[in-house]
Amino acid sequence: MRLTPEEVDHVALLARLELTAREREQFTTQLNSILEHFEQLRQIDTVGVPPMSHAVEVSNVFREDEPAPSLSPEEALANAPDRADDCFRVPRVLE
Amino acid sequence: MSRGELPELTAHELSDLLRSKAVSAREVLSAFWSRLEEVEPDLHSFVLPCRETAQQQAAAVDERRARGEPLPPLAGVPLALKDIFCTRGIETTCCSRILKGFVPPYDAHVVERCRANGLLFLGKTNMDEFAMGSSTENSAVGVTRNPWDLDRVPGGSSGGSAAAVTAGQAVVALGTDTGGSIRQPASFCGIVGLKPTYGRVSRYGVIAFASSLDQVGPLTRDVRDCALMLNLLAGRDPRDATSIDRPVPDYTAALSGSAKGLRVGLVREFMEYQGIGVDEEVEAAVRAAVDRLRELGAETGEVSLPHLDYSIPVYYIIAPAEASSNLARYDGVQYGYRSPGTTDIIDMYRKTRDEGFGPEVKRRIMLGTYALSAGYYDAYYLKASQVRTLIRRDFDRAFERFDVLVGPTSPTVAFRLGEKTEDPVAMYLSDVCTIPVNLAGLPGMSLPCGFSSDGLPIGLQLVGPPFGEETMLRAAYAFEQSTGYHLRRLRPVESHEGRRRAVARASTG
Repeated sequence: MRLTPEEVDHVALLARLELTAREREQFTTQLNSILEHFEQLRQIDTVGVPPMSHAVEVSNVFREDEPAPSLSPEEALANAPDRADDCFRVPRVLE
Repeated sequence: MSRGELPELTAHELSDLLRSKAVSAREVLSAFWSRLEEVEPDLHSFVLPCRETAQQQAAAVDERRARGEPLPPLAGVPLALKDIFCTRGIETTCCSRILKGFVPPYDAHVVERCRANGLLFLGKTNMDEFAMGSSTENSAVGVTRNPWDLDRVPGGSSGGSAAAVTAGQAVVALGTDTGGSIRQPASFCGIVGLKPTYGRVSRYGVIAFASSLDQVGPLTRDVRDCALMLNLLAGRDPRDATSIDRPVPDYTAALSGSAKGLRVGLVREFMEYQGIGVDEEVEAAVRAAVDRLRELGAETGEVSLPHLDYSIPVYYIIAPAEASSNLARYDGVQYGYRSPGTTDIIDMYRKTRDEGFGPEVKRRIMLGTYALSAGYYDAYYLKASQVRTLIRRDFDRAFERFDVLVGPTSPTVAFRLGEKTEDPVAMYLSDVCTIPVNLAGLPGMSLPCGFSSDGLPIGLQLVGPPFGEETMLRAAYAFEQSTGYHLRRLRPVESHEGRRRAVARASTG
């Protein structure tokens, strides 16, 4: 399975990354070398083996639905790169 | 005991001195602060020293003691915190440009616990960006050097925490371990590091890398300090739904000094990954450690866990997949860095992330995004999660025969700065012995078991069954007390060359 530079661009868009030409070239080579290393997993018979998602079996963890103190708007906004009143401000989303 | 020697002590020794009022917390802080400043230009363990915070905490401990209040055992003990833990009012960046300036409005659970126990926060320590790395060379704020040899890495990702404890800049430190990030730097620096069972310690307020693998744990100078720190960290926290509701024992009670009757299994795949053996000196030290445990009354044997030979590909699918999702939150909206001057939102996201993340983080986001993308999920993520089950089953079977498993912590001693930065796969292989333990969710620890001919520390890894921290600590303590490798200390010196001489003295002395 060879990853092309075009596919690398597509993955970068999905990941919301913007790659320079150099990064694009580097990642194509490096990702292919890493993916090649992954190929060995194909040798293993995993028919009927359940996937492991967590190390310790935990079933649903419930708590009472009770209000508790949370961050104030001022605390929540204190680290915002840009804000307007009690909102996070971002560049225009809709034309 | 002169004040200048305080940084040579362990936390339990300091605790005894503090309790008997032989020293005050302020005197302890002042001695450690002098050491910190003395060696920091050489090491760069810290990204943000917190002198004022520590001074206030020391004063508070002294006042409480003067009033005759009962204090927790580690009150007044100097602590270093990896920059991955949210600290209220103290900048927390995970050593990434994308979190520059982020001041958390709350403390991580483990930070709260340390505050409540009166530890002194000396500062935030250097790490690989978002804990992605094995050498601390992926930090956005420069490298940390290994106190035993300044041309070598301290390991990673908790390299700053390991270097700080080794060099006497702090006496205990907190790290996180996703694939070995506590144990491998502990090994490279000749100290003790423990990764608890997944779920033993709350991850609340710990900046997430790979959520099914991440655990918090201590880096300390000896096994007793490690047990004391675990007493303080472990326990259920409702804010982390994966933290387990299970009683926390007094881990120091496990430190009997005896290994009698313990069944200890040397894991063949820890000694040899896909047919390639660990360094000869590492192998010899680990085999000698097994012999020592046998002399101490343990029953020893060898065991094979065949699926461990697939740990690296499994880990490098699962961890980046989880990371690509966890790191989606860094988009320049709520906190941290935003690329200036963009007018389109997608453009803002992409430029912010391109400028904010370093190369290794981007590589893993790319890898994870690809592994989870349409058409590849079954081939990569699902397959890796199934093999993860097989790895866990191998461990479960081994624990039917053995109480604790052992091997090297890393296949080599600390490598040179720059040696592996151009070859991601070579860097990934330095965690080959530690990664399977995270995949299986088991407790693991590293403690010193010898020195190479260059005078560099070698680490012994112990692995326990789920919630087998006490068994692991018992074996570790018996080994440590009968060998004394943990007693070798470095003396700080002024120059690089001077330090090399000091290292040579320490390892022949």
